[in-house]
Amino acid sequence: MGKSLFEKVWDAHAVRQLANGQTQLLIGTHLIHEVTSPQAFGMLRDRDLKVQYPHRTFATVDHIVPTNETVEPYSDPLAQGMIEELRKNCADNKVTFFDTNTGHQGIVHVVGPEQGITQPGTTIACGDSHTATHGAFGAVAFGIGTSQVRDVLATQTIALNELKVRRIDVNGTLAPGVYAKDVVLHIIRQLGTQGGTGFAYEYGGTTFDNFTMEERMTVCNMSIEGGARVGYVNPDEKTYEYLKGRPYSPKGGAWDAAVERWKFFASDPDCTYDDVVEIDAALIQPTVTWGITPGQGVGIEENIPTVEDAPTQSERDSVAEALEYMQFEGGSPMKGKKIDIAFIGSCTNGRLSDFQEVAKYIKGHKVAAGVQAIVVPGSQVVAKIAEELGLDQIFIEAGFEWRAAGCSMCLAMNPDKLIGDQLCASSSNRNFKGRQGSPTGRTMLMSPLMVAAAAVTGEVSDAREVFGFAPVGV
Amino acid sequence: MPATPIKQVTGKGVFVPGDDIDTDRIIPARFMKCITFDGLGDYLFYDVRKTESGEDKKHNLNDPRFAEASILVSGNNFGCGSSREHAPQSILRAGYQAVIAGSFAEIFFGNSTNLGVVCVIASDTDRGIIAKAIEMNPELELTIDVEDHKIWYGDQSVPCEIKPGARNSLLSGNYDPLDELLVGAGDVAKTAGALSYMQA
Repeated sequence: MGKSLFEKVWDAHAVRQLANGQTQLLIGTHLIHEVTSPQAFGMLRDRDLKVQYPHRTFATVDHIVPTNETVEPYSDPLAQGMIEELRKNCADNKVTFFDTNTGHQGIVHVVGPEQGITQPGTTIACGDSHTATHGAFGAVAFGIGTSQVRDVLATQTIALNELKVRRIDVNGTLAPGVYAKDVVLHIIRQLGTQGGTGFAYEYGGTTFDNFTMEERMTVCNMSIEGGARVGYVNPDEKTYEYLKGRPYSPKGGAWDAAVERWKFFASDPDCTYDDVVEIDAALIQPTVTWGITPGQGVGIEENIPTVEDAPTQSERDSVAEALEYMQFEGGSPMKGKKIDIAFIGSCTNGRLSDFQEVAKYIKGHKVAAGVQAIVVPGSQVVAKIAEELGLDQIFIEAGFEWRAAGCSMCLAMNPDKLIGDQLCASSSNRNFKGRQGSPTGRTMLMSPLMVAAAAVTGEVSDAREVFGFAPVGV
Repeated sequence: MPATPIKQVTGKGVFVPGDDIDTDRIIPARFMKCITFDGLGDYLFYDVRKTESGEDKKHNLNDPRFAEASILVSGNNFGCGSSREHAPQSILRAGYQAVIAGSFAEIFFGNSTNLGVVCVIASDTDRGIIAKAIEMNPELELTIDVEDHKIWYGDQSVPCEIKPGARNSLLSGNYDPLDELLVGAGDVAKTAGALSYMQA
């Protein structure tokens, strides 16, 4: 009987069984950043341990970097302290650091793929829950806590239970104006925010076959928002094409051997899954979240749900809590909610293709009065290419602010944050209470083009109408 | 060296209502600008407890009746979202040793277990019973019996679940896996040696 990619990668990296029944799993590639690694290095020092495989750990700085000041010391001394601590830890332990002066700094989940560090058939861990992003390449990638960052530094392994595998098949063609972001928001809406607990999600079907690598990354990125720690797409020719020639990709004769190896890891056609879900791509609408979990989304044409519509008491409580926090009325249209801030960026939607797609449509439009719109490239590499293509000027002419690379307003550990109860149209991945830096700030998740539509109209809008797409649907 | 086995957790409880309590809510990101976990206990559930001007909100976590609590009782999908270990670290450093919830997000569960923070699952009905019992009598002692899968409140009990791997780890005192992982170094080198991409 065939095996899934998850099983093959797991088998190739399983070191041994531990006394409690968990597996000691080799982590081939370790990615670190400034927020969740300093305590781990401290734990190593406390125990007089060294980094066992320093050439397999790669660092970048992303969460705390300001996007509107690039000269150090930063105005926030805490941020300055964190970048200096990472610099020191990397230098002391001979870990490669994509520092701000390298031209390669950026969000860890943007940097790994663009450097060619992220490869099929590997295990990857990072002290960050959006690590599943790297699954887009057919890697098995885990978000881990800081004690596990310590474990990887000291042993290159972690203790884990094997996951079940759920195949999510999305077949068909997405309507114009419907994007990978809508696919993943739709999946989470269907399966719930905890539906994926205990599972690795294997995404496939013709929709994923047709997706670019960056679109696959957008979906895998948000696996954890559906409860799945791991999400992946089987590697194919697009995967190899993307990786060819990247700085850390295999070179010369090693390239062909690597591709052969990568092909082996794809799920066998006769493998069995613990669960299979099928989704019709044609039914997916531009999706916007109205609540305080990523599962609380509706199609742009729909109304926000009412408390009474929820089937159980606990769901009624959740809807009521979300409506109160968001200051929305149950049953009111999603369209037309007035926004204060528009944010395009993050490890979900901060890649070149995200900015190219929006730039195609915003020429001749202006950000609405009273709205602040910021655009934050996912990495210095993305920023450089975008600037060479003149995308920055298109955004600036339309009234957007073009910033430097980082996580920025996705979680607001830098100066980019909501103030008071501002309402933000955001291309990021979480709409939790207080997520964007203000304890009463409000977030609506959507695709980058839907953020742009909200920015130019000043309210939640259907991008297809705003930007003159051909009529769709009925 | 294994830590002391954790067979039971005994203490007073506090009810934190709501499903999908995410790790941003447990510890807001703005308090993570630090290079150690020291002091995180002060910021546990900060925005749940405090208004924007820093005054106490009306919440069980501010209620002096529950000030001595060491067991949190909450809803479904507790700890969803970010992988930040700052969340269970802040729970531990604020004096809590256990969480009773309807379900747990996976990364949070693993992070908590590694620290010896006991996470057990109880049904909506049973958590409701416990929450009510605590509300009626904040002095009531709860005991989570990891070995017997029970939560005692006074002289009555309800069943609870805990993942077998986590249960074994707590009962043996091996919930921090580092020592065991270090012992496997020779096997790790063999596994790594068979993988071309691992070579320097």
